[in-house]
Amino acid sequence: MKRATLYAINEARRDKRAVVRAVDLASGEERLIDIASAGASPLERAAINAARTDKSGSFEDDGRNWFLAVYSPPLDLAIVGAAHIAQVLSQTAWLAGYGVRIIDPRTAFATAERFPNVAISHDWPDEALAKAPLGMRSALVALTHDPKIDDPALQTALRSSCFYIGALGSKKTHAGRLARLKAAGFSDSELARIHGPIGLNIGARSPAEIAISILAEMTIRLRTDGEWEHRAARTTA
Amino acid sequence: MDTDDVLDTAQQWLASGRKVALGTVVKTWGSAPRQAGSQIAVRDDGAFAGSVSGGCIEGAVIESAQESMRDGMVRNLEFGVSDETAWSVGLACGGHIEIFVEPLIDA
Repeated sequence: MKRATLYAINEARRDKRAVVRAVDLASGEERLIDIASAGASPLERAAINAARTDKSGSFEDDGRNWFLAVYSPPLDLAIVGAAHIAQVLSQTAWLAGYGVRIIDPRTAFATAERFPNVAISHDWPDEALAKAPLGMRSALVALTHDPKIDDPALQTALRSSCFYIGALGSKKTHAGRLARLKAAGFSDSELARIHGPIGLNIGARSPAEIAISILAEMTIRLRTDGEWEHRAARTTA
Repeated sequence: MDTDDVLDTAQQWLASGRKVALGTVVKTWGSAPRQAGSQIAVRDDGAFAGSVSGGCIEGAVIESAQESMRDGMVRNLEFGVSDETAWSVGLACGGHIEIFVEPLIDA
């Protein structure tokens, strides 16, 4: 690898741009492909596909054996509501490689002491998410139970390409939430993106166990094509 | 440690005037612990960051990386239980791994 290629990959990571490095395994010859501006050659198309599935792998083209190494932007978790569950979830998600941000306009909840390693915003969710939008590598988890705070966050998430949306609350709370969002103009298929009650049904009781069930459900959405979905009954957390 | 930290570490080592080589998992079969794309950065003195296995083959990869820094050539390594030498370095998980080793060069 050329020194300049290493620097360019690290710069792309900092700028949250997806890049794929193709390297010829016989000669070491390399090409760095910026996914946003990649063209239509077979190698570039393979790179785009590798980036979309976030999967590095081999690719043969014209008798040459390339390895496509995917460098995806970091994962992003926006937690709305600085609740007790959020304290544990922010730490477990951080360990799993997410950049974590807490959004809560209630300043007494979201403090640096309660949330180390985490970016804290005291803006309202729709404002915070306008400043730093959700993308394909983003998950949004709404934990306040308060429609004033959760609903604007969920509406913004539903209009984004984020891979996971979850909302804490009982079946009854969730039914009320869906009715409000429907009245706001969202269709049933759009609303099906919201995981509620949140988390996989692992019998979670404590905040830490609920955080694990949420992170497990996020992982299914991120890493599988949903084949787990029908097996994954919901908690009533 | 995740891949980006490995490359950040490689950049820091280069900036401090050291030589560096990279090892990348390019193919796995069976129960390999690290997926394709996993990387290790190796410094000329043998210090390393990241991983390409559960610790079974790192020693052999580091040695090969140091050779690649000396001669400037890339290398393709293969480890698996079917291979006597590979068994001696201890890929006890029963998997099979291919590693691409390359020096970081200025050109």
